[in-house]
Amino acid sequence: MALSRLSSSASGSNLLKPLTSALSLRRSFSAAADDSTPITIETSLPFTSHVCDVPSRTVETSPKELMKFFRDMALMRRMEIAADSLYKSKLIRGFCHLYDGQEAVAIGMEAAITKKDCIITAYRDHCTFLGRGGTLLQVFSELMGRQGGCSKGKGGSMHFYKKDSGFYGGHGIVGAQVPLGCGLAFAQKYSKDETVTFALYGDGAANQGQLFEALNISALWDLPAILVCENNHYGMGTAEWRAAKSPAYYKRGDYVPGLKVDGMDVFAVKQACKFAKEHALKNGPIILEMDTYRYHGHSMSDPGSTYRTRDEISGVRQERDPIERIRKLIFAHDIATEKELKDIEKEMRKEVDEAIAQAKESPMPDPSELFTNVYVKGYGVESYGPDRKEVRAVLP
Amino acid sequence: MATVFGATSAAISVSSSSSRKLHLPSRRSLPGRKASFLVVRSDAGANPNAGPRRAGQLITNAVATKADAAAASAPSKPGHELLLFEALREGLEEEMARDPTVCVMGEDVGHYGGSYKVTKGLADKYGDLRVLDTPIAENSFTGMGIGAAMTGLRPIIEGMNMGFLLLAFNQISNNCGMLHYTSGGQFKIPVVIRGPGGVGRQLGAEHSQRLESYFQSIPGIQMVACSTPYNAKGLMKAAIRSDNPVILFEHVLLYNLKERIPDEEYVCSLEEAEMVRPGEHVTILTYSRMRYHVMQAAKTLVNKGYDPEVIDIRSLKPFDLHTIGNSVKKTHRVLIVEECMRTGGIGASLTAAITENFHDYLDAPIVCLSSQDVPTPYAATLEEVTVVQPAQIVTAVEELCQ
Repeated sequence: MALSRLSSSASGSNLLKPLTSALSLRRSFSAAADDSTPITIETSLPFTSHVCDVPSRTVETSPKELMKFFRDMALMRRMEIAADSLYKSKLIRGFCHLYDGQEAVAIGMEAAITKKDCIITAYRDHCTFLGRGGTLLQVFSELMGRQGGCSKGKGGSMHFYKKDSGFYGGHGIVGAQVPLGCGLAFAQKYSKDETVTFALYGDGAANQGQLFEALNISALWDLPAILVCENNHYGMGTAEWRAAKSPAYYKRGDYVPGLKVDGMDVFAVKQACKFAKEHALKNGPIILEMDTYRYHGHSMSDPGSTYRTRDEISGVRQERDPIERIRKLIFAHDIATEKELKDIEKEMRKEVDEAIAQAKESPMPDPSELFTNVYVKGYGVESYGPDRKEVRAVLP
Repeated sequence: MATVFGATSAAISVSSSSSRKLHLPSRRSLPGRKASFLVVRSDAGANPNAGPRRAGQLITNAVATKADAAAASAPSKPGHELLLFEALREGLEEEMARDPTVCVMGEDVGHYGGSYKVTKGLADKYGDLRVLDTPIAENSFTGMGIGAAMTGLRPIIEGMNMGFLLLAFNQISNNCGMLHYTSGGQFKIPVVIRGPGGVGRQLGAEHSQRLESYFQSIPGIQMVACSTPYNAKGLMKAAIRSDNPVILFEHVLLYNLKERIPDEEYVCSLEEAEMVRPGEHVTILTYSRMRYHVMQAAKTLVNKGYDPEVIDIRSLKPFDLHTIGNSVKKTHRVLIVEECMRTGGIGASLTAAITENFHDYLDAPIVCLSSQDVPTPYAATLEEVTVVQPAQIVTAVEELCQ
């Protein structure tokens, strides 16, 4: 079948045309979506490692997977941009941290693991939630504080959770999710699940002490914890070289192995996560540093241009954008035409708009919801909050 | 007549009028959390005979001597005698045997046996994966315990001293307390955070902290304080079985308290207060070590002709306003004796709660005796004055009852 070696450099890629065969190479989109013929490509950059072996640069994929990646990333991109305009029209309030530019990390990770593996991240969680199986309706309802949201409207942008597919949030205080993630890994080891936990944090949170504490404990107890630093080079407004004496976050584990990955290349991410999962199940914790970039500011209240130049942002968008990379690969392998990809993007836009419209109709939470879920009604006792009035505890 | 909160259909027999407990069939481990056990409340108020009997069993000073205990338990009752830390260990062991998801993590809980011997022997029995020695990293191992609880394990996190838990305050407040709410009910955090606190014997300022006040405004957690071997074991078991995060406050000086506890399995209710001594003239609300100071003062007060009603509130969050309210309606005077700090302490909250709910029943303003708002000094004389002493309690009651 059509195999091609693709070494993609910055912009003008010397794409090798696939070897011709008698088969027609121009496939229609619908056929490509089911086509699982293997294609071999190389990641954009080789991996760099610390105290461990490097995974191979060569990745196997298929037209089906390429189309899926494109579709999912386009959806995520569209969702974040829609969230941007919803915020500006004051339907989303508070803090809204957008993930556009970093989609490859979420998608690549999902492709390498199962829903039984756990992911936990900080507040930039909209796309990770979507990747874990959340629906657009749940995302937008939660962002607008409606009942239909994944946390019933009580969590907000920073508190997305999906227990049934192993997505543990969604945390406002950065750094705190890493010990939680190591706890998830501990539970996985305790129950002998043969699954792993990916605990994501940013370059800003990488300087938190509890990370190193948790890493120490995970290494001592051999926990299947994978710490992923999504290094988008800015901790809110502080560049990484101003916050960390040693910005080589993958090396900071010292005795824990680390891998530096091009976070804008979804295949590199997928390969690294696969490698890390195998490693963690055998040898304990490992650190992955994803070199990625966010186009928006830290959050919606940050223009994102006071601490970096617009040229830098547009430069990255031109040269390293994850969706563009997939688009070029799709064209290089003649999997779909430009029009077909544009149609997909339009379809994603429509899906997002429909979800927003539906979410706008979802009602606000009932006032009685203020007091639900404070305590679990377990142990058979009714709990009314700290000041129980004269009603006696009701036991079963 | 013992008051029993019946659970399921298990045939319950009330043995005699003076027994305040029931004999349960011994339990094997159950898959679900069905409440087929009995929660026994010492509702001594309902049984006038139980009052004096209970008072006879009273341990009136903080560290019981052997002679006292032997005299108190002279009439042979079924049960076995043990010290408070052994009672905690028994409760812990029973729950670990019953439920394989229960695990303990803390500093020196495993091979060392626990700094106060509460977990002695458990590591040999259950192995390193269930009794985990952690490095000195409270913030992260508390976080790890909470993360493990999110998946369904039931970890018990031991702080070697409650003061060390300040390092983990972010995890306790933000993640432990709030996750059930912010996830819309998806996750429950059945974690128990326990450890000794309170003023000991000249341990110094940083190891003699009374931190109940810091945790009390965290939504989503429950706080209990144990004071006798009986309620220590019962509360430990209840806390482990509870699906909510529970902070169990123990006291350094109470670990060697000796009492006879029943052989049968029992669980205390997490939200209920304990009636220690029913009375008529004044309600004294207390918890943890101050209970013993209060009982010592009670002896003096009885000699002087007063009849104090002493309630060990046990549940620091939420308050058992039902029991407290009934008592206030009876006596119309309230004295709160606590070891917590004066400013923003448990007593302060309790005063506000009682005033809000039972203002019409009060004949006098609520008096709250708490520790002084100072770091605990090292010198013995100064340390003694930092906490409330029985003499002060007697004076306060006399003033209140004028």
